[in-house]
Amino acid sequence: MSLIVDIKKRLGSFSLSAQLEAGEGVTGILGSSGCGKSMTLKCVAGIERPDSGHIELDGVVLYDSRKRIDLHPQQRRVGYLFQNYALFPNMTLRQNILCGLKNQPDKAQRVKEADDMIAMMGLQGLEKHRPYQLSGGQQQRAALGRILVNKPKLLMLDEPFSALDTYLRERLQAEMRELLKNYGGPVLLVTHSRDEAYRLCRSIAVMDKGSTTPPRPTKELFEDPHTVAAASLTGCKNISKAEKRGEHQLYAVDWGVTLTASAQLHDGLCAVGVRAHDILEEERHNRYAIVCGQPIEDPFELTQPFTFACQGDKKMPLWVKLQRHEPYSAPKEVGIAPDKVLPLYEK
Amino acid sequence: MDWYPLYNSLRIAAISCALVFFAGIFAAYYVARLPRAVKGILDVILTLPMVLPPTVVGYFILLVFGAKRPLGIFLAQYGIKFVMTWYGGVLAAAVVAFPLMYRTARGAFESFDDTLAYSGQTLGLSNTYIFWHIRMPYCRQGILAGTVLAFARALGEYGATSMLIGYTPGRTATISTTVYQLWRTNDEAGAFFWVMVNLGISAVVLLIVNMLERRTKGGRA
Repeated sequence: MSLIVDIKKRLGSFSLSAQLEAGEGVTGILGSSGCGKSMTLKCVAGIERPDSGHIELDGVVLYDSRKRIDLHPQQRRVGYLFQNYALFPNMTLRQNILCGLKNQPDKAQRVKEADDMIAMMGLQGLEKHRPYQLSGGQQQRAALGRILVNKPKLLMLDEPFSALDTYLRERLQAEMRELLKNYGGPVLLVTHSRDEAYRLCRSIAVMDKGSTTPPRPTKELFEDPHTVAAASLTGCKNISKAEKRGEHQLYAVDWGVTLTASAQLHDGLCAVGVRAHDILEEERHNRYAIVCGQPIEDPFELTQPFTFACQGDKKMPLWVKLQRHEPYSAPKEVGIAPDKVLPLYEK
Repeated sequence: MDWYPLYNSLRIAAISCALVFFAGIFAAYYVARLPRAVKGILDVILTLPMVLPPTVVGYFILLVFGAKRPLGIFLAQYGIKFVMTWYGGVLAAAVVAFPLMYRTARGAFESFDDTLAYSGQTLGLSNTYIFWHIRMPYCRQGILAGTVLAFARALGEYGATSMLIGYTPGRTATISTTVYQLWRTNDEAGAFFWVMVNLGISAVVLLIVNMLERRTKGGRA
């Protein structure tokens, strides 16, 4: 079971160029809004037509510009969970689920499968409700159930949690992880949230300004984002332009400091990133005097903006996350462990 | 008492409304997905009958279907004559009422959430099923409003109708042409009677619409 996507599409001044392969398990597409994530999913589903390229699912060619193959969305067997869930408002929950079973010729069997799915999704008793009478979470499960009864060969989730409030979001993420475990085929999850991507995805492709990088295992991507786009999308707050100075030495231009990285540096180094959690008061390496600004209180920790003392007039503050303790005194010096210095490249 | 005008008006309005229902919906559906330039031109042409004086519309219909015009002669070979026949009234009413259906349906379709159609497609539902079971119910308020407007307009059609089918008692007379004819011949009581009939029908139509609207709202809250 695998999906191969290699497509190009122009839309005015925006150009999309997506290449990715996804096997079983959840593959994330992480990107900021408007980077072409949803467009990629729509091309795979057959709702939008790419200008050129190739899409293949499970050995079946869905689209190929050279062979002039372009299957209808109805023939692609691709499940698409929309951001707003797209439940049909004029139908009850059961009728909605039954819409995913139109291929099943036997009516009794259809009803049975629908009721089984309703039970599996924990929606019993709501069969006769219309979508507007369901909560956000119930709507999501109904939409997912409607897709799963259709037995798609690929599941695509488009920002599935963005319409929910924080509390519900975390609960549904956990639920979704359980539900996806039972699904055998590949899953594409489009999101702009690093937490969502980290929690749900086995591997992640980063999408920036319409082009993708090949999917990498989630942990690896977060430990070594490798590109500026990946670093900022995975939540790295501190990114500076950088110049290579040695095998392990780099100069952070915006911060005015030289940093030692444990990774071997290559040519083409353009920036350096340090996560706000990885700047520590007690770290001995890469230790510099700092000037602190006004701290920002978060619910459980504290964000302290600062500049390096030697930064001069380059007013680009860094952020460090600190434990909250009373009384609070701003740190005078901070250090960064060499393995936490993230060298970043153009590609 | 000759009830023919009532019968004729109702049948002309009902048939032309049914024709306009389908024609307007499909025109609205297909025009909405055309390229912008073509859409602009077609939109003007399809809306013109609404803003032109009905007599001008009647003139154009005669220009195409008149007894001495090529199409009129051609159709006459098959016994179809739109001039001075009751079904000519259907044609006139349909042309004049069409833009009302077309424009309200187009407005309704434009408010449709396309992701509903997309998700239907990915679930394997045919485009026809999606159209009749998802798109149409979603847009039913606008479609219903358009249908009623078209029916009311067809029922009240006078200008194009009198140009095309004139007034022949018992053959082409409609309520609106009868009102004019009776008033012109100083039969004020007769004219008043048909005015009241027309008022009654319009009131009933509006009542039905209100009831339908209340029911659909109840189902949707």
